Amino acid sequence: MYMDMRLNLPGLPDFSFKNPILTASGTFGYGVEFAPYGDLTTLGGIVVKGLSLAPRAGNPMPRIAETPCGMLNAVGLQNSGVESFITEKLPKLPWRELPVIANIYACDPGEFAELTGVLAREQGIAAIEVNISCPNVKEGGILFGQDARQAARVTEAVKRMAGDKPVIIKLSPNVTDITTIAKAVEDAGADMLSCINTLSGMGVDIRTRKPLLANVIGGLSGPAIKPVALRCVWQVSRAVNIPVIGIGGIASAEDVLEFMLVGAHAVQVGTANFLRPDFSFRLVQEFEQLLQKMNITDLEEFRGSLKA
Amino acid sequence: MSDYVMAGDIAPRSLFISYPKNVQLRACAYARSQLRLIVMRIRASHPSASRYPKVTLMTNEQCTTLKVLDNVPFGQIAGEHLFFALRLERPTWKSWQPGQFVMVRPSGWALDMLWARPFSICRVSNRDLVLFFQAVGRGTRRMASLKSGDEVLVWGPLGNSFEMEPDTPTLLLAGGIGIAPFVGYVHTHPRPWNLHMEFGHRMPLNCYPYESINEKIMGDAHHEQKPEDLAAFIDCMDKRIEEFAGQNGLVLACGPTPFLRTVQQLSQKHNARCQLSLETRMACGVGACLGCVTKVSDDMQVNGVAAGRAQVCNHGPVFWAHQVNLSED
Repeated sequence: MYMDMRLNLPGLPDFSFKNPILTASGTFGYGVEFAPYGDLTTLGGIVVKGLSLAPRAGNPMPRIAETPCGMLNAVGLQNSGVESFITEKLPKLPWRELPVIANIYACDPGEFAELTGVLAREQGIAAIEVNISCPNVKEGGILFGQDARQAARVTEAVKRMAGDKPVIIKLSPNVTDITTIAKAVEDAGADMLSCINTLSGMGVDIRTRKPLLANVIGGLSGPAIKPVALRCVWQVSRAVNIPVIGIGGIASAEDVLEFMLVGAHAVQVGTANFLRPDFSFRLVQEFEQLLQKMNITDLEEFRGSLKA
Repeated sequence: MSDYVMAGDIAPRSLFISYPKNVQLRACAYARSQLRLIVMRIRASHPSASRYPKVTLMTNEQCTTLKVLDNVPFGQIAGEHLFFALRLERPTWKSWQPGQFVMVRPSGWALDMLWARPFSICRVSNRDLVLFFQAVGRGTRRMASLKSGDEVLVWGPLGNSFEMEPDTPTLLLAGGIGIAPFVGYVHTHPRPWNLHMEFGHRMPLNCYPYESINEKIMGDAHHEQKPEDLAAFIDCMDKRIEEFAGQNGLVLACGPTPFLRTVQQLSQKHNARCQLSLETRMACGVGACLGCVTKVSDDMQVNGVAAGRAQVCNHGPVFWAHQVNLSED
């Protein structure tokens, strides 16, 4: 029954995932929260909750709202800081058998570089994923991810400090042309791209006349955004030569294959982790069963084979 | 308790094991309470760090599909059933504690509603797991139509639990649906004669599982129908909290946030040891989504740092009253 789903990534000879199913940042805590529900080492990898240099309190409540086939969140990157993660959480993770990817967040390129420097020293960190959907406070608050030049500067800053750790840039869909940003960060040295972050959105209550989130605007995720995510992965994977990790509304093994069909090397499961805490563990098994059922033996052949 | 009427053809009483009130136990209780007071006075003269024991978290949670045994409506409001006791097959948990909760997502739900819903564990017997809920939002309204044989996904038991000190006089304060965790508390407490409940409610009393508590312990129900009723209920809680604080007792509360805020203020006023069980919107129930946080005081650390906020799901739902800040953001 066992099928080798090990994934080797072009341009990264020393790096591989044992299967293409990872968990997305912010939806899987630091992994340890889900350990009672499955064997973490069966996952392709986990991307931990966004880390910043200093602890962040995050946004006021309410921070989350359920919407049709999705949810809105404006958590505001609450976290207890990178040092606390390294001392309190990382030692509890089976990082020798499980690629642990650190997701990082900062307000200027210098801070990104400093954070990367801290994480690059850690043996337990397999790669660094950079959240560029945040404002550059030093340059008028424009979002790094919405400006090709700024996105490239962050990528360079992180890459310089990352040592041998692969750098993944997480792209925002809230842009006019996602391929422009993708190409800019590829040229700046990114090793992989993850695609997409949440879509900017909001919800309101006509009775209380209040927004559903205290922050008013938040990020939409879940099956509702899957068509947008597929489109972005399709466009980006044809524009760049580095591996693309698809994210956005994946809620079944079929969804994983859809993302591969449009060009993704791997995927990250996000909001679906809230459907049930063992969701990602089950998805790895269901994906393997689907490949057998569909007689797919060569994922590399299947990937990007969309007849369009 | 004149407003207490049994529900028409379905007797909610049958859901819970009933014991006749034992008069002898009450007499015994008086003797014990006197003895206990002496012990308490001695203990109180030796203040120790255990006045507010750390609320411990258990980790034997699991995720399983359970069959619905039945979904029994309690009471009626304008001909409509809004309160239900959802009885599920017994999960294979090793243990659980009153105050803990579960996440429930009916297996029949498609992807239009993604989140499971959190519910306090009302009771667990060797036959079943009982949850009590009010149909208020999209999810719970849809859950009202669950029937025998349907399947639901349940993960838990989650979170921490209420402090249980068998010999301490303990005051239970419940507001509306916040009565649910106290059913299990009262039924698993080894010395229920040390418990007393004050229950405030807006809907008719037969909408709530009050009888299964009232048959075991002393207490009163306060039906809020006009604004003066609320003032009277608060006045009653004020006196009770003062009384229990004077005996170095324990005050436990569960209910809507404005109610908890009042309890918090009153217990601060009387320097009572008080725990509050918080209710918030949750997506994951296991500490990952950070959607259910509450503001906490700096002496409460999360991941080794004073973060100022803590998840209600895995750092609560029960908090010492002085450790949470319930002010609106």
